[in-house]
Amino acid sequence: MSAGNMPLLSVEDLHISLTTDAGHFAAVEGVSFEIGRGETVGLVGESGCGKSITALSIMGLLRHPLGLSGGRIRLTGQDIQALPAAELRALRGKRIAMIFQEPMTALNPLKQVGTQIAEMFVLHEGASWAEAEKRAIESLTQVKVPAPERRARAYPHELSGGMRQRVMIAIALACAPDLLIADEPTTALDVTVQAEIVDLMKELCAARGTAILMISHDLGLVTDICKRVCVMYAGRIVEQQDSEQIFNNPQHPYTQGLVASLPRLGMRARHGRRRLTEIAGVVPGIAAYPGGCRFNPRCGRRTEICERVVPELTPLDEGGLVRCHHHG
Amino acid sequence: MKIRANLAIGGGLTVLAVFVGLFGPWLAHTDPIMDANLMNAELPPSGDFWFGTDQQGRDIWSRVMYGAQISLAVGIGSQLLNTVIGTTLGVTAGYWGGWWDDFVNGLTNLMLAIPSLIFALAIMAILGPGLTSLLIALGLTNWSYTCRISRAQALSIKSQGYVQAARVLGYGDLRIMFTQILPNTLGPIIVIATLGMGGSILAEAALSFLGLGVRPPSPSWGSMLSDARETITTAPWLSLFPGLAIFLTVLGLNLLGDGLRDILDPQSRSRR
Amino acid sequence: MLGFVIRRLLQMIPMLVAIALLIFVLFSVIPGSFATGQQDEGLGLDMAVVARMRAELGLDDPLYVRFGKYVQQLATLDLGVSFRSRQPVIEMIGARMWPSLKLTIAAMAFAIAIGLPLGFVAALRPGSLMDLGLMVIAVSGLSLPKFWLGILLMYLFALTLGWFPSFGYGQGGLSHLVLPALALGVSPMALLARTTRAAVLDIMNADFVRTARSKGMNEYRVVVWHVLRNALVLVLTTIGLQFGSLLGQGVVVEKLFAWPGIGSLLVDSVFQRDIPAVQGCILVITVFFLVINTSVDIAYKLIDPRIRYT
Repeated sequence: MSAGNMPLLSVEDLHISLTTDAGHFAAVEGVSFEIGRGETVGLVGESGCGKSITALSIMGLLRHPLGLSGGRIRLTGQDIQALPAAELRALRGKRIAMIFQEPMTALNPLKQVGTQIAEMFVLHEGASWAEAEKRAIESLTQVKVPAPERRARAYPHELSGGMRQRVMIAIALACAPDLLIADEPTTALDVTVQAEIVDLMKELCAARGTAILMISHDLGLVTDICKRVCVMYAGRIVEQQDSEQIFNNPQHPYTQGLVASLPRLGMRARHGRRRLTEIAGVVPGIAAYPGGCRFNPRCGRRTEICERVVPELTPLDEGGLVRCHHHG
Repeated sequence: MKIRANLAIGGGLTVLAVFVGLFGPWLAHTDPIMDANLMNAELPPSGDFWFGTDQQGRDIWSRVMYGAQISLAVGIGSQLLNTVIGTTLGVTAGYWGGWWDDFVNGLTNLMLAIPSLIFALAIMAILGPGLTSLLIALGLTNWSYTCRISRAQALSIKSQGYVQAARVLGYGDLRIMFTQILPNTLGPIIVIATLGMGGSILAEAALSFLGLGVRPPSPSWGSMLSDARETITTAPWLSLFPGLAIFLTVLGLNLLGDGLRDILDPQSRSRR
Repeated sequence: MLGFVIRRLLQMIPMLVAIALLIFVLFSVIPGSFATGQQDEGLGLDMAVVARMRAELGLDDPLYVRFGKYVQQLATLDLGVSFRSRQPVIEMIGARMWPSLKLTIAAMAFAIAIGLPLGFVAALRPGSLMDLGLMVIAVSGLSLPKFWLGILLMYLFALTLGWFPSFGYGQGGLSHLVLPALALGVSPMALLARTTRAAVLDIMNADFVRTARSKGMNEYRVVVWHVLRNALVLVLTTIGLQFGSLLGQGVVVEKLFAWPGIGSLLVDSVFQRDIPAVQGCILVITVFFLVINTSVDIAYKLIDPRIRYT
């Protein structure tokens, strides 16, 4: 992201709260990051760290009991959650699009997939249904679905998981959005299919200049597709770096734990037979977030200050940020 | 919050109904059958006769109070029978399988294929009117769902390790069924029984209204409504109070059942 | 597809036989014979006449012979002859079929027309006061005795206000139909409201509705394009089952309003111990229920593309 260029998406100090009978809880706190035009940024963390709801909040799809409780979301400089509902709606699908984790349930089981793609053209480009159905078939070709005319008339349950995700991608990219948010798009797929889908996304988005916000728990996957990676833990961003840096030189103890726990080819040859490394402890529930640095109960470098004071995001020499009293 | 309202109101009404059912005779002012004074026939509600009097001069308040006994006896008795039949058939069918399972399944399908009121009517036609016949008839109509649920439970538990372990230890079949399978089915069965009670009370009222249930001069709410028909223009209050009693009792049971369902059986919903 | 439909229809046959057997068994053990019934009512019959009637009707033959004859007769749609009126039962029922169907259809139409929108509206604003109010109405509707509702309606709209006739079929006109249809229709209406509400709520929380929203659709479009059809499919089964059982439930309403349908025929026949008529009515009502249920089953599988070829 070059200086002087406005970022496409700018998330500033985002706070999302969860309202239950037992009170309000901060699900996401102080999350900030930027995505430039055509850039690919990853958001990594375990289940429950808040990455999915951050994505939903960008789309404006948060529903009770979740709600935005602070911060700004800017799309090319414009504050979008201050917009009236109708205008925010106009952005969805047209400028920001999203694909979800479970394509089987994300598609309407009673409608043909071609129709579900065609809806995009009718909604945003005023096309007639006939035109839209034709363009839907073209979309299917672009996402490399074989025999697209036949497949367009299929129902979701008649397609394989990988095929359904291609349909979701076709829907999302139908109106050439500026930003594609992908929430765990490959988690529900077979490993062999995962690679195909990831490559497809890279290719299509690069061709159209679409930026990608990739959300996943899989650090390896994210560093493959993204130029920059943000690591989230318990509702906060704890590290932000370029992908190569984060793999070779993780600064935050949590990230270091994630990197170390990835099994890699050749490890046994080099290091002999060993147990896989894991991060001790479990992710805290939202109602029981520890004080100070939220990772401190599981951290080997914990000292007294970690339990009291929330560490700020400190810039690193190589670019990037880290939130830790004892990083490095 | 909605759940608590259901339980509160439903529970309250049900407790009221049970209270009246148990203490009706003390709450009543007169004997519901014998105290008939034609001089008092068809009087509107007043200080002496809170609900008015019927064609025979009997106090409606007292008759409604006594009527609760009949309704509750039918409701509880029939559901008890239904539950016993349903769980016995279901648990044994699931547990033992084989031809017995096929037979029970076929029987359940048959029962589900016959409209319940019609079946009850048929049984009443055969057995003749009266409280016992009513208990039997209604006790035979609502066991199908209980049977299905118990059977499903039995099937799922049967294959689990601890049942086989129990067998190896020499536990008899019956003991396993009682101690392992039944407790897990309790939740949904209680819900079905509660809602079923409401249904039985409505069915009893309908059958008594037709003259096929409890015969006059027994103060069944249903047969009171049947009598009230003749004097609907001259004494409309006679049609009001017994029906109101049925309505409130069944409402209480339905609300209670709904509330219990949300607690005990969250997977099924307010569909039935 | 056609194979599935045929198979499903054939599955009805063993059920029909089982029902016929059950009805036959139940009624062959009735202790009070027709003759005793007549005597109870003081219309004493000469014993010779009774004996001749019994021989005529084959009541002294062994059970299996009687059942054989019964099945034979059923196959030719012969439901026997009424003890009372000496008319073929099937003619008696035939004359009363249309009034019963009319009542059932009218009640169901009311239930659908009011219940579905009620449930829909309640689901679109869950937890609101309107939702609560509508659901209270629904649970009350389920708790009302149909005949009491009928009496209240009769008192208010017929006897007091005089808007509708208080009982009877009349010439088959609409005004006679309204009150009985309302009395019969309130309870299925309540059930449909609850079922619809549950179905719509389920769907509104489904992933594909979230996808629809993420496409940038307004709520109206989301509901019309994605929620409606899916909800209807879920509710269809309940509608069908209710319709099937409504014919049986109409028994009391028919008697209350002196409606000349199968239900009132059944009740009268029970009092008169007219066994062939009772058997015939129960058989017809049950077969109707079975046919409707099977049709609903088939229709549901035709509509939901997921279950097509099972």
